[in-house]
Amino acid sequence: MSPPVGIDAIVDGVRSGSSPAMAVLEEHLARIEDRESDIHAFTLVTDESARERAAAIDARVAAGEPVGPLAGVPIALKDNLCTRGVPTTCSSRMLEGWRPPYDATVVTRLLAADAVVVGKTNLDEFAMGSSTENSAFGPTRNPHDIGRVPGGSSGGSAAAVAAGFATASLGSDTGGSIRQPAALCGVVGVKPTYGAVSRLGLVAFASSLDQIGPFTTSVADAATVLSVIAGPDPGDSTSIPEPFPDLVPSLSRGVSGLRIGRIADLPAGADPDVAERVEAAFDALTAAGATIVDVEIPAFGYGLTAYYLIAPAEASSNLARYDGVRYGHRVEAPDTDAMYMATRADGFGAEVKRRIMLGTYALSAGYYDAYYGKALKVRRRIAADFAAAYGRVDALITPASPSVAFAFGDKTADPFAMYLCDTYTIPSNLTGDPAMSVPFGTGADGLPVGVQILAPALGEPTMFAVAAELERAVGGDR
Amino acid sequence: MPDRITRSAVEKVARLARLSLTEDEIEVATRELGDMLDHFADIDALDLADVEPMTQPVPLVNVMRDDVPAPTLDRDEVLAAAPVVVDGQFRVPPIIGLDA
Repeated sequence: MSPPVGIDAIVDGVRSGSSPAMAVLEEHLARIEDRESDIHAFTLVTDESARERAAAIDARVAAGEPVGPLAGVPIALKDNLCTRGVPTTCSSRMLEGWRPPYDATVVTRLLAADAVVVGKTNLDEFAMGSSTENSAFGPTRNPHDIGRVPGGSSGGSAAAVAAGFATASLGSDTGGSIRQPAALCGVVGVKPTYGAVSRLGLVAFASSLDQIGPFTTSVADAATVLSVIAGPDPGDSTSIPEPFPDLVPSLSRGVSGLRIGRIADLPAGADPDVAERVEAAFDALTAAGATIVDVEIPAFGYGLTAYYLIAPAEASSNLARYDGVRYGHRVEAPDTDAMYMATRADGFGAEVKRRIMLGTYALSAGYYDAYYGKALKVRRRIAADFAAAYGRVDALITPASPSVAFAFGDKTADPFAMYLCDTYTIPSNLTGDPAMSVPFGTGADGLPVGVQILAPALGEPTMFAVAAELERAVGGDR
Repeated sequence: MPDRITRSAVEKVARLARLSLTEDEIEVATRELGDMLDHFADIDALDLADVEPMTQPVPLVNVMRDDVPAPTLDRDEVLAAAPVVVDGQFRVPPIIGLDA
């Protein structure tokens, strides 16, 4: 009998005893054993604690006790999500060896649902990057072609799911860090509405932009994981107080009657192979009964500038906490000020320093109005343009990434070339609206292409209906 | 946009950010930040006079809860993560320069 694939099949097998949690886990650990030395998706594989959990779940099933909605599902966690007593590094020397004293809310909820955590995944240091090349512990490689990047910053989480190391994983998305690696690795990746998922225990990068979301191989699995981690949390003051909507009806709704927007003035930059797949997505949705409507979002193209002023500004403030006093790395010096300067110089990598410098400058006296203040106004303009578009359409379609996975070193010489990877994903973080990437066929060299679906705040039910339709159209439905 | 960023401005920013940079790093940062800010001059074309700044996707409101005692972080677990601990407290080097 072939092993169960997908969350529903795994949970059914665990509950019936036909495929125990331990068997599911061992199958995934064997794949890790086989390919992790090539992929390097993880900063830490927690095989020992995973086996203990799987055994405990199987014991409860044997005793006739109920188990949760993710019973026995192997899950990987981006290593900027706090796990109590388990090292959480943010792929930075600054936090090497740090063991958090509490679990992130999303981790608590996954464990309560009886998921089995198989490890912590690699990322661009402090989630700053689009290729996972900025990790202090070395890059992650794309399972589709190990000569290419997996995208970033959640490259390890995307690669772990694409390589079959985990059934699902969690990442964080500040400017595209879930959707772009999902596209490059050929998996589903979701950035939920800002406030839908608690950020408590997510190491902060840019607090007004950060959201946690899932990577999975199917749209249905993404809906299941999101339903477990979403919902109000008194520990996050930006958490939306209302219950998160049920996404199950969306999976079979279809797109009949939906108005899907094509952004007529979308910034250029997508490669022809990617643009061709986006056109194919419009055709598929039309064939399934949706109406395609042209809309304009004139400020879309200014998102990159607004983001790369706002995110570093917030980061420069958030990363001020790494001072060598309460946790993490420390370089001894004769006085505190010299200790701060030496600790931070030694603990942070080049990209993190670059963004701290940029953000500190954008916030500094004499430059605040010209940079940070102006970026906040552009942000408002972008949100207004999207709100106007959503008066006419239910969802929008764009590329997730301008290109398929690129080679190592391709974009490391020019920081701005790397930032351009985020062109199509950034606006959703600025507005707070949800967006997701779904695999939709292949482009150059047979590499995966992701199509991005964008929806207004709390428009996840519509977004998932469109995603499920694209999945059916491309034959990904199980 | 203001004038191109100077080396002395970069040194001042590094000082504000408590980052000790080498001569080489300051030189690279001066060039890279200058190039970056050139790209970011695109927003100068926008008329933003009547636009309100947007700091958050949703307006922030105070979240209140009842004043009920609840468990806090474990003290030993928190201190275990600190680089230097003395008598159950974080230890730092002198906060006033030694040359005073």
